[in-house]
Amino acid sequence: METVFTRTPTFKDCPTHYCPGCGHGIAHRLIAETIDELDIRDRTIGIAPVGCAVLAYDYLDVDMIEVAHGRAPAVATGMKRTNPDKIIFSYQGDGDLAAIGTAEIIHAAHRGEQITVIFINNAVFGMTGGQMAPTTVLGQITATTPQGREAAGEGFPLQVSELLALLPGAIYVERCALSGAAGIRKTKKAIKHAFELQVGGAQGFSLVELLSPCPVYWRMTPAESMEWIEKEMTKVFPLGRLKG
Amino acid sequence: MSERVLMCGNEALAEAAIIAGCDAYFGYPITPQNEIPAYMSRRMPEEGRVFVQSESELAAISMVFGASATGKRTMTSSSSPGISLMQEGISYLAGAELPAVVVNVMRGGPGLGNIGPSQCDYFQATRGGGHGDYRTIVFGPSSVQELVDCMPLAFDLADQYRMTVVVLADGILGQMMEPIVLEKKPGRELPPKDWALTGAKGREQNIVRSLWLPEGSLEKHNNKLQAKYEQVQKNEVLCEQYEVDDAEIVVVAYGVAARVVRAAVNKARENRIKAGWIRPITLWPFPTEQISKAADEFRIFLTVEMSNGQMVEDVKLAVAGKAPVLLHGRPGGGVPTVDEILDKIKQLSIPTKS
Repeated sequence: METVFTRTPTFKDCPTHYCPGCGHGIAHRLIAETIDELDIRDRTIGIAPVGCAVLAYDYLDVDMIEVAHGRAPAVATGMKRTNPDKIIFSYQGDGDLAAIGTAEIIHAAHRGEQITVIFINNAVFGMTGGQMAPTTVLGQITATTPQGREAAGEGFPLQVSELLALLPGAIYVERCALSGAAGIRKTKKAIKHAFELQVGGAQGFSLVELLSPCPVYWRMTPAESMEWIEKEMTKVFPLGRLKG
Repeated sequence: MSERVLMCGNEALAEAAIIAGCDAYFGYPITPQNEIPAYMSRRMPEEGRVFVQSESELAAISMVFGASATGKRTMTSSSSPGISLMQEGISYLAGAELPAVVVNVMRGGPGLGNIGPSQCDYFQATRGGGHGDYRTIVFGPSSVQELVDCMPLAFDLADQYRMTVVVLADGILGQMMEPIVLEKKPGRELPPKDWALTGAKGREQNIVRSLWLPEGSLEKHNNKLQAKYEQVQKNEVLCEQYEVDDAEIVVVAYGVAARVVRAAVNKARENRIKAGWIRPITLWPFPTEQISKAADEFRIFLTVEMSNGQMVEDVKLAVAGKAPVLLHGRPGGGVPTVDEILDKIKQLSIPTKS
């Protein structure tokens, strides 16, 4: 019998610790597929963040490191500069990349580091219990915004990808959504393009932001979460190619 | 290159690191160590190696973390306030067992302090510095030549034990020019870096981590680290002694303070005062045994430090109540003078008939 679909080898055959309806599993799989399709497993080094995806190395079968909160782009810089032949990617959440690690992400992009960043934006801190993230939308109820986020005092949602796209060092920035089959297919294309740029030696920084569901801390069902991404999140974080 | 050259401490240590095979330097400007990144920015590219000026000390140590994880020899340098920021990364290096060399050209503190020479980061350096139960190997060189000589050893020890090695200099040592000999000497035989992240070619994936969640696994990891630290304590203590055997007063000092002590003790001997000195070269592991042995006979111990007394606590632990331990400390950029220390020695000595 002809095999028409199989698990991509770089995505390990094991259960994940992620909550039902979480987007991390999908994002991991798309990265693993990309690595296998580009045949770069034996020269790829991945960086896991502090946050829900800290155990990404349990699921992605490549050399991986776990780093301090927000420092992944600096760690990636140290790796890529000393190993220009390796493919370096970091996988970061919105607490990691958009709060504590803003200096590192902006300066890595600013220097035009030849790395690929996968940025998971689920509008909350997941690991620590659903607190407000810089990307939390106005009115959103979180563990630390019990009345909903207010612009006065808590600020507007931070659009990091738009900021990064302004920098000459960033050559490719795209925002996608892990909602529905079409969104996932577009996401895969974007992730693959970001990796291809690095494989091809493109001189600059690439980032793909993924709007990703967190049903538990959004207090929604997985299906409602997908709908919320499309109806609400995309208003604040419009999809599409921001650079490159 | 084995001829004598005149160099300041900061530039000399940078060249020594290059000779020792440092693949990558990452750093952020701060006085009084700015000659190091400036020198590296010129010399590293000349050697086809990596220099990056980072956006912060947090980023610099994280870049070191990344380069080290791939098996490269790497270092950073800073001064006291910057080293405080690096403690996050140093703790992660300890947890993940990654080798690194960190140079701290100390300045006065706390806070922004001043840019004067100081030894006020002794506690921070010898107690790990960041969060968690860990140690770093710490050198306290007292001359530019010794600074140069400890660099290759620092890289070797870092690789051998998979630890951070801190080179604790100060503003004087960094700025002072002395004639030195720079030469490549054979290093230690080192274990292969089979843990390094190089791309999982023909092998299973390597993981570099400091998170140990299953119950008991972190305790086991900590015990493994502790066993390693005990090996370092057993095998790597470096210390120099002078005229201790018949000494009634033993002065303990390291780094630049030890140079002043040396002159003061010589003058004391000229005054027929039986004084000697012990100079720890490694501050961790500390020469506890050597000092304890010296305390087996009754003598007065005087610790001289450019701080309000930090190493004195280790001296007291080593002496363990067998003899009095006194302190002459100069904090905030103050440097003790020979006369000052000589007066102190005279006050402590038993007058002899002339």
